[in-house]
Amino acid sequence: MNITELIIESISTLTLNKMRTGLASLGIVIGIGSVIALISLGQGTQQAIQAQIQSLGSNLLTVQPGAVREGGVQGQAGGRTTLTLDDAKAIQATSHISTIQKVSPEFSRRTQVTTGGSNTNTQVVGVTPVYADVHKVTVQEGSFITDQHVLSMTKVAVIGPQAAADLFGENTNPLGQSLRIGTQTLLVIGVTASKGGSGFMNQDDMIYVPLTTAQKQLFGVNYLSSIALEATNEQVMTQAQDEVGYFLLNRHKITDPTKADFSIMSQQDILNTASAMTGTFTALLSGIAAISLLVGGIGIMNIMLVTVTERTREIGLRKALGAKKHFIVQQFLIESIILTFTGGAIGIVFGILTSYVIANIINSLFIISFPSILLAFAVSAGIGIVFGWYPAKIASELQPIEALRFE
Amino acid sequence: MISISHITKIYKTDLIETVALSDISFEIKKGEFVAIMGPSGSGKSTLMHILGALDIPTSGEYVLDHEQVSHLSDDELAVIRNKKIGFVFQAYNLLPRTTALKNVTLPMMYADVPKQEREEKAKKYLTMVGLGDRMYHTSNQLSGGQQQRVAIARSLVMNPSILLADEPTGNIASTQAEEIMEIFQNLNDEGHTIIMITHEPDIASHAKRIITVRDGHIVSDQTNKKQKRIAYKKHNKHS
Repeated sequence: MNITELIIESISTLTLNKMRTGLASLGIVIGIGSVIALISLGQGTQQAIQAQIQSLGSNLLTVQPGAVREGGVQGQAGGRTTLTLDDAKAIQATSHISTIQKVSPEFSRRTQVTTGGSNTNTQVVGVTPVYADVHKVTVQEGSFITDQHVLSMTKVAVIGPQAAADLFGENTNPLGQSLRIGTQTLLVIGVTASKGGSGFMNQDDMIYVPLTTAQKQLFGVNYLSSIALEATNEQVMTQAQDEVGYFLLNRHKITDPTKADFSIMSQQDILNTASAMTGTFTALLSGIAAISLLVGGIGIMNIMLVTVTERTREIGLRKALGAKKHFIVQQFLIESIILTFTGGAIGIVFGILTSYVIANIINSLFIISFPSILLAFAVSAGIGIVFGWYPAKIASELQPIEALRFE
Repeated sequence: MISISHITKIYKTDLIETVALSDISFEIKKGEFVAIMGPSGSGKSTLMHILGALDIPTSGEYVLDHEQVSHLSDDELAVIRNKKIGFVFQAYNLLPRTTALKNVTLPMMYADVPKQEREEKAKKYLTMVGLGDRMYHTSNQLSGGQQQRVAIARSLVMNPSILLADEPTGNIASTQAEEIMEIFQNLNDEGHTIIMITHEPDIASHAKRIITVRDGHIVSDQTNKKQKRIAYKKHNKHS
């Protein structure tokens, strides 16, 4: 029998017992499907986060109080009071720093914001006008915070579209409305343009107030939670980091750089951290998927062994009619490979569909990784061979006489 | 063309040695119709396994068509079974849920016979045993006698040297059993060598020579002068 006939034979044998074939391949379908879905989601999430981070501006340096720590974009842990407005002004004024063109002092805290009818828990950020430049924030209605506002500690707010929807509903124009933060009432004077995004980086869910208002009227602090710096261009980022670093060490009178009371992160640093996190997460989930694939393979082996037992008489007959050992091995091996291959193909379709649906639900990017599909096919066939070989070998060793007597 | 000389078969398990056949010798010429008869445990099944190249003797020689079969490897035995021996089993042993046609082509698939030729030969032999109108029926759509006829057709397609039938009518009602015997006699008339294993004297009487076995020995080997011939009937009369 040539290979084509063998394949046709195997397919016809497998279709004789559709239920058994279906159940056997279920393990592989789920295993391969999960691997595909997870890799796809992992890459999609990774790229989505990268895109979000990049939309913040690529020449950005972020100075934060406190020692260098992981995941620095998360927000402000309490008690770090070493960065001040004076620091920001000094950086702006000094001639020692040539690579920074814009300085944006910021104070940000997550808090409860209420209107007459609703409330939301959101990020309130105290800013100066340069914030909009540095973070590429544009206003779709009304206007942004001005120097005058900062000077006069005016109680005004510019809100993101998500916050607007949460507080005032989809259909009301928030301009001219009031909101309360703590005991203070502020007037809405602008709405920012949507930037997309979700989760902790959602810029559409922020409320911008004048820095001085935030510090003195809302939260009673005199320090900053961060200073955002825009470098002159991408090439000088490292130099900029060094210049600002040394300048601040000097200002804070710290001689040992390892004991700095601040950290400076470039966007690349944030990107790397985010990538590392999603990478680890994806690897973990892929590990789980790989285990489920292994279990699927064992399931195939079980079914093939059961099949060998059930077809003992048939094997005895085939041998009696002239089938050599390696024919029998081939027959069972090919059945096993076809089983896993088909299961793999269905699994791939299932995986792609699943990741499409989930990507849409969590607002991530839908990406198909072709290398992962090729890998999945290879793995399916591999499983078919590895887990089909043992049952096939058992089948071929059966003695025709005993096999024919088997009940 | 079959020469069995001093064949002995001993089965060894951990504790016990069983002597199934003890120093058996006989010859069968081309075109004979031989029945090998004996009660259970007589060794007739063991003898059939050796004749059918399904097993090798502990000692002794088996020559089939001038070829030494008793000391061949597994793969070589498989080739002998494929090309030289046609099996008819008591339990028919057809592939389940598979058409009669497909079943008959099975030995040819292991001999690399091209598809076209396989189907033509299968159809020819199925027609010869009277199942020309049931070629696409599967085993659960055929009676016991019909299934055995499919098995007979299957045993003939490779043009074997001998037809080996092991209790061929054991699972079949007596009317259909007569039809099977008729087919064997017709095949023998056409020149096929047939060896039939049975424990029923009535069935054995359809053969031309009866070898009786007991306790691993041949106790008699005689021409059957009163061969029970079945009058020639048309094949397609009964189903």
